[in-house]
Amino acid sequence: MQHDSQAYWKATLGLIRNVLIVWFVVSYGFGILLAPMLNNISLGGYPLGFWFAQQGSIYVFVALIFFYAKQMGKIDEKFDVHED
Amino acid sequence: MSLQGITYLVVGITFALYIGIALWARAGSTKEFYVAGGGVHPVLNGMATGADWMSAASFISMAGLIANMGYGGGLFLMGWTGGYVLLAMLLAPYLRKFGKFTVPQFVGDRFYSKGASTVAVICLLAASLTYIIGQMTGVGVAFSRFLGVSNSTGIFIGMGIVFMYAVFGGMKGITYTQVAQYCVLILAYTVPAIFISLQLTGNPLPQLGLGSNMAGTDVALLTKLDQVVTDLGFGKYTTMTRLSTLNMFVYTVSLMIGTAGLPHVIVRFFTVPKVKDARSSAGWALVFIAILYTTAPGVAAMARLNLHNTVNPAVMSGGDLFSAENSIKYEDRPDWMKRWEVTGLLKFADKNGDGRIQYYNDKTSNQAVLDKAAAAGWTGSELSVNRDIMVLANPEIALLPNWVIALVAAGGLAAALSTAAGLLLAISSAISHDLLKEKFMPDLSDKGELMAGKIAMACSIMLAGYLGLNPPDFAAGTVAIAFGLAASSIFPALMLGIFSKTMNKEGAIAGMLSGLGITMLYVFAHKGIFFIKGTSFLGLFGGEANFFLGIEPNAFGAIGAIVNFAVAFGVKRMFPAPPEEIVHLVESVRIPRGSKEIGGAH
Repeated sequence: MQHDSQAYWKATLGLIRNVLIVWFVVSYGFGILLAPMLNNISLGGYPLGFWFAQQGSIYVFVALIFFYAKQMGKIDEKFDVHED
Repeated sequence: MSLQGITYLVVGITFALYIGIALWARAGSTKEFYVAGGGVHPVLNGMATGADWMSAASFISMAGLIANMGYGGGLFLMGWTGGYVLLAMLLAPYLRKFGKFTVPQFVGDRFYSKGASTVAVICLLAASLTYIIGQMTGVGVAFSRFLGVSNSTGIFIGMGIVFMYAVFGGMKGITYTQVAQYCVLILAYTVPAIFISLQLTGNPLPQLGLGSNMAGTDVALLTKLDQVVTDLGFGKYTTMTRLSTLNMFVYTVSLMIGTAGLPHVIVRFFTVPKVKDARSSAGWALVFIAILYTTAPGVAAMARLNLHNTVNPAVMSGGDLFSAENSIKYEDRPDWMKRWEVTGLLKFADKNGDGRIQYYNDKTSNQAVLDKAAAAGWTGSELSVNRDIMVLANPEIALLPNWVIALVAAGGLAAALSTAAGLLLAISSAISHDLLKEKFMPDLSDKGELMAGKIAMACSIMLAGYLGLNPPDFAAGTVAIAFGLAASSIFPALMLGIFSKTMNKEGAIAGMLSGLGITMLYVFAHKGIFFIKGTSFLGLFGGEANFFLGIEPNAFGAIGAIVNFAVAFGVKRMFPAPPEEIVHLVESVRIPRGSKEIGGAH
């Protein structure tokens, strides 16, 4: 049991890390640090860096939370720690 | 019917709706007063969280700031949404499993110390009170326009209404009222945005309209806007950063972790039935929030374009911005300008005495613009527009029908009231429950606790109203400071409580105090002690604003959080490890199984 809960926590942290990488790349990466470069590309009438800062990152955030909730549900079941 | 008549009607109907719901769901016991019996569906909870979240800052103020800041305004958009990812993954499920009413209770139990919980209460009060000041600023704008009175009268009336409103129902009243409020405010935000997007680009969705061409031309709206604002000496809309890349980066961090540390939002996740629901509820909350947040950039850019076009029709026709007859005559100004002049938030000063309105950036470093302005006989920008009025004035600027203008007024009032009420609740529970009952008066009755909570609400609203008369910044800026305070104090403490089994009480307390302390120091140095005008002490630090790496005070929460973590780990080593049962507590919090409905904490 002790071993299991350690493995469960490790799996949880792994998932969190992966989500945070994407979270960082779209907002701080594309939206801020790389924005001047990406602005040379346009997405319709949007410069791409501007789009990530004011639109794109928000869409990705929404997707990330649902992805996390779903994956976390799977991890809970796998380690048999889910509710009910 | 006149505009004023329709506005009263629409606002009246929406208020009757909220009060009806609040009465229907009137709180009985203390537990219901705070967390609505723990049984709210995740989607509804998400909607209510959305209404709670989207305050005067998001609804009234944010788009106006973005309109002014251009690309740099993206820090509000990313900061206030990206925090939900952190909240969903790092805090919400674990705090739900822990299963108590409030944040200070978690801090107190996890760090086995009443002292830690008291420090958490102080942090919470600092953040929430600052937040309410921002709300009252927004309430003042909304009420002054709605009733056609001056801004300060608007704040006084708003104070009274917010108070009555928060005392009425408690959380249960608030949860269901907030679902109704969400519907009103999202309609109020999106309907005019759709109209305006359609007018300007022919595309009804502002999210797409912002990336489209101007109707009937092959010039992109953003390209057009870039050109107009640079011609008038302002920064280029799509690339203007906020002070510097570093400042924009830490500002965004500060808002994100502040979101995850703001008590009135965290409390929301105590009200869902299961740990699983706490995770998805954050997702639903963000869906509902994102509808407004992805619309806001369109609102901002289009309002900016329309504003310039109003005072200078050459903006749309493509004529010479600097030719005399293209600046409109003051006496021909549209009605909406007259209405806002009453509030004192829009002002015209005819500097060159030609009876026409010239609106440009007279402090630009672009010499060519200054030369053109001088050649045209312009002697300074003559129009000052408070950024907080942009959203409310937006439908008027675009000459939309009266019912749309009325709807926006109702939405602005809903946004300001709902968040102020949620915050007052967080404050009152912190004072009456965490401070009085847990620390000073253990035998306080349920009834006494409710009464103490209401007194705490009354005091905090008077304080916030008073400071709201002379706000430290625009509504969204003041709110950003509140996020900085939460980011530097509460967020790190919660993170350490969940993700470090070895963090002891000394480390956590020292961390919270130093994070909050240094952030307050930096903010007060710029904005005055407790935001009282004239008490700023920048002189002590060389007199230059943003003296730490060019970071503005609103963004300093991220630095405060780093200090908090560093101090916590440093101090931890000097004191004994937490007791065995705390390690078990942390282990149990990390696992969903065994979560109970939140029971009485008494």
